[in-house]
Amino acid sequence: MADKILMKGNEAIGEAAILAGCRHYFGYPITPQSELPAYLAKRLPEVEGVFLQAESEIGAINMVYGAASTGARVMTSSSSPGVSLKQEGISYLAAAELPCVLVNVTRGGPGLGNIAPAQADYYQATRGGGHGDYRTLVFAPNSVQEMADLTIKAFDAADRFKSPVLILSDGVLGQMMEPVVLPDPVVFDPDTKEGTLTGKGSRKKRNLVTTIFLDADQLEEHNWHLYQKYQFVTDEFDHGSWKDYSCELHQTDDADIILVGYGIIARILKTVVEKCRKRGIKAGLIRPISLWPFPTRIISELSKKTKSMMVVEMSTGQMVDDVKLAVEGRIPVYFYGRTGGNIPSSFEILNEIDKIVRID
Amino acid sequence: MQQGTEEIIMAGFGGQGILFLGKVLAQAGMIMGHHVSWLPSYGPEMRGGTANCTVILSDHPIASPIVAEPDTLIAMNRPSVDRFQGKVKPGGLILYNSSLIDQVKQRDDVRVAAVPASAIADEIGSPRVANLVMVGAYLKNSGILKFDDVLKTLPSIIPSKKKEMSQVNIDALKRGFDSVH
Repeated sequence: MADKILMKGNEAIGEAAILAGCRHYFGYPITPQSELPAYLAKRLPEVEGVFLQAESEIGAINMVYGAASTGARVMTSSSSPGVSLKQEGISYLAAAELPCVLVNVTRGGPGLGNIAPAQADYYQATRGGGHGDYRTLVFAPNSVQEMADLTIKAFDAADRFKSPVLILSDGVLGQMMEPVVLPDPVVFDPDTKEGTLTGKGSRKKRNLVTTIFLDADQLEEHNWHLYQKYQFVTDEFDHGSWKDYSCELHQTDDADIILVGYGIIARILKTVVEKCRKRGIKAGLIRPISLWPFPTRIISELSKKTKSMMVVEMSTGQMVDDVKLAVEGRIPVYFYGRTGGNIPSSFEILNEIDKIVRID
Repeated sequence: MQQGTEEIIMAGFGGQGILFLGKVLAQAGMIMGHHVSWLPSYGPEMRGGTANCTVILSDHPIASPIVAEPDTLIAMNRPSVDRFQGKVKPGGLILYNSSLIDQVKQRDDVRVAAVPASAIADEIGSPRVANLVMVGAYLKNSGILKFDDVLKTLPSIIPSKKKEMSQVNIDALKRGFDSVH
């Protein structure tokens, strides 16, 4: 087994990107993700890569568009307000079906907010975020190890589905250090990609990367094509080869109450499940790993076996909507949230569960 | 707290090496094969402000890296005592830098130990190793990390080019260890 290294989450993403064959990074500093560009500023030149601090987030995301057009594996990262600035570019990347990896180390919002951890960018991440009919795949790591592992998978998914893939993290995961076993390096050759802008060469027609479709029928066709692709991605996560990255289940088989949470919250919920079980409350946990596509099918199935669900988020309630859509009113879905950079403690959550169990 | 788990909060002035103190504990724990996590405070802080950091050492996978009630508080300055002493778990331990903190108001339900960390560091010849003195003091009370193991791993955790400096680090660890019971 490879050696364990003590690393920050932000740095683990950076190293994993290099191992995935990413040689281009464009970004603009913002807390709490700045260790990631700092790390890549040092590391990318060592592997003959390009690190560029753009003049703004908008500049950075459009540089991503350019690099992705050539087939290169490319990454940008930011934190909440900075990710808002990138949304126009992300819409263009999705429309042009350009693979790239985006990282949001989420902080408290709305507005300038603060630099403490939050999960209030769930809607933005899972509903597209910019204008038009599109989605981005969204991975939600819950440890420094997963920050590395899911970065590798994010690059794979981006190429496989020709789509931007977002890693939705938060200030805690970005800043904390944990032991990491770095994944094996990936052999990646940008020249094997089709449709990229690498010069006309011996082709009869030049390749074109565009997002403009002035004819209504043409744009409609393009939109339905994207829709079909998103259906395919969803199937892949529901039943196909990406199934393992949909969600993690913990003690759900006999659970009377199933907690649902992602990222750092899921780790607190694991403690809560243990404490509940010790007190005779049969609690379980669903941890979505992929936030889009959402593990709708699994949550729907479990809602037929359990008595209630409780969603916990560091927001006033966003993912809870997706859980309710999956549950379709079969059982009560409760919510507990903290915001503004506050992190709910296992005690607080236990108190909430006590109230629910009494109601039930 | 689960058995086989130690949760530590350390705090002090920016510049006292608080984050590094935590890193030494986490790194030693990792090398000895334990589960570890290290979480810094990263508020809008500046030089001379306060810094704190949470470390968990455990025989089990660590569920949440966030600690509400630490087993141990390592306080390097007065504001840290004021801010964190109330959070220490009953039966827990407060190690405080008695060179900078005159006294800690006794809580009946926790143990309090004075460690003249800054004074010891000055005696050894480097005020910068007060944090390592505290690591030594912590090891006296740790059930997970053993002093000899940490001493052995110290050169890989703190690689120093100069031999005198690595001796200072070892001295700091030893003096800290011997300063508490």
